[in-house]
Amino acid sequence: MSTRSRIAIGTVLTLVACATAQRADQPAPRYGEPVSAAELARWDISIPPGGAGLPAGSGTAREGLKVYEQHCLACHGAKGVGKPADALAGGIGSLATKTPLRTVGSYWPYSTTLFDYVRRAMPLNNPLSLSDADVYAVSAYVLFLNGIIAEDTVMNAQTLPQVKMPNREGFISDWPPRPRN
Amino acid sequence: MKDRRLFLRRSAAVVSGAVAAALVGRASAEPLAGEPWERVYGAGFTRYGQPSRFEQPVGRHFGQPYGELAPGSGAALSPIEALEGIITPNPVHFIRSHSGTPDIDPKAHRLYIHGLVDRPLRFSVDALLHYPRITRTYFLECSGNSSRALTPQPAQVPAGAMHGNISCAEWTGFPLRMLLEEAGVRPQAKWILAEGADSAHMSRSVPLEKALDDAVIALYQNGERLRPEQGYPLRLLLPGWEGNMSVKWLRRIKLTDEPTHTKDETSKYTDALPDGRALQFTFEMGVKSVITRPSSTMQLAERGFQEISGIAWSGAGRVRRVEVSTDGGKTWAEAALTGAERPRALVRFRYPWQWNGGTALLQSRAIDEKGNVQPVRRDWVARYAPDARFHNNSIVSWAVETDGRVKHVYA
Ligand code: HEC
Repeated sequence: MSTRSRIAIGTVLTLVACATAQRADQPAPRYGEPVSAAELARWDISIPPGGAGLPAGSGTAREGLKVYEQHCLACHGAKGVGKPADALAGGIGSLATKTPLRTVGSYWPYSTTLFDYVRRAMPLNNPLSLSDADVYAVSAYVLFLNGIIAEDTVMNAQTLPQVKMPNREGFISDWPPRPRN
Repeated sequence: MKDRRLFLRRSAAVVSGAVAAALVGRASAEPLAGEPWERVYGAGFTRYGQPSRFEQPVGRHFGQPYGELAPGSGAALSPIEALEGIITPNPVHFIRSHSGTPDIDPKAHRLYIHGLVDRPLRFSVDALLHYPRITRTYFLECSGNSSRALTPQPAQVPAGAMHGNISCAEWTGFPLRMLLEEAGVRPQAKWILAEGADSAHMSRSVPLEKALDDAVIALYQNGERLRPEQGYPLRLLLPGWEGNMSVKWLRRIKLTDEPTHTKDETSKYTDALPDGRALQFTFEMGVKSVITRPSSTMQLAERGFQEISGIAWSGAGRVRRVEVSTDGGKTWAEAALTGAERPRALVRFRYPWQWNGGTALLQSRAIDEKGNVQPVRRDWVARYAPDARFHNNSIVSWAVETDGRVKHVYA
């Protein structure tokens, strides 16, 4: 049976199951409160590959070096070589070898993921603390360390999504599911 | 063996005591039999119970790749070698977190649903506690489970330290679909982005089909409110899918027309292939089983009867059959199953075995209702890159040596 038809059957089953908990003659509960666009903007931090939602501000690798030294180097090493935490640079061309090195530069398909992730989670011990300009700058620095952009290339809401990552074509989507092997 | 001898000696003592008492009648000066705890009044009540102090060593196994730098980044694995049945007790359910466990005040916590919806909504935790509830038993498995069984040499550690990123609980909450319908799903919506309120703001893209199918907003686990390390005050639960997607501490769901390609669906939780490419969005957990008793680092006490027992599961639905081999896969015998009627829950299997004191190679192999068969290790290893570490559902081998020691081997 295909996963789609499985899911369709699953939906029917859950609907039946719900009907027992919720009487048909009663309206579905609605406890959600309306929320303003301004409130949502403060929480909506996810950035898809197209760059929708990227904030104002900009930065270059040259500026990012300072951010990196102050906020990242202790965990990710000089020039992103890693130790004690993940390497952020290197490994381009290594993925098909016996010793692959998977980093932002060699493995990540989208530059937007770098901005999104650093802004939401880094520095590990003080997240949500960097300004948007600092996140652009330190992202630019990590891309520069990987030889993907130049030291003075400005990263902002327009330019960042246009950066083509070396492993952009390296992923095969398994959704909808395809047979293994 | 020691325990059994002790038992025999004790029962012999009881029997001879009884005979003596019968002979001399009630006037004996010998006190009645009874251990020290039978001679004192027991402890008072506890508000929240604890296991026997003699069982205190049962606990989670820690996997902390960053050590003290980030003690809450990594996993605490269930001690499956010490557990029985199907349900994992809450204190030893496995934990996987990327930035530790947040200390969330439910009064301040919010869940937002927005993006491609007609009405963006905000829910308080109190509001979420008002929806009509469902209760379901589901396993959760981290897709990095059993990555420790991919090291160059087989690790000699307890089964749970390698394969314990699996647990099973009775979850209570309500279908996510209720909230999505309340917000009004727009036709362009194809995915949701689910995000946690931990300091990693762990986020994953989930196909809308799954979100509208059996996805649960879970509030309770095994009868009590979710524990902080399991996502208190609420988590997403996606039955049968890789655990990382069942986002804990859920704070936001955004409906989108495409996946967001977050860090944990690109850099991690992707399945690296030998040719340098990688599979992305492999959501369903493969059919799998592991013998928990006897298992690595254990010692068979004596020859004769041994129950071989373990757990099996499949993200595709029900486990149809589990087979056990004691000769490294040359011959297989069907094990008895408990819980096989429940899809996407753990199943307990048992197989009676006589150990004759020789060497043996114990394996188990699960087959699910879709006909998926648990693969042998070398086939799995050949399919992926040398550093692949997600979705390892291959057969686990325990070697029994003539002295009764049980070792982890690659076979
Ligand atoms: C206190 C240590 C620490 C600091 C400081 C820190 N990081 Fe991290 N970083 C980590 C750890 C640990 C992880 C792994 C997180 C996980 O397991 O999900 C990580 C992961 C990452 C990743 C993902 C790596 C991958 O390939 O998946 C990136 C990118 C990153 N950090 C960038 C940064 C940047 C940029 C800064 C500075 C603004 C920074 N980090 C500061 C510890 C740190």
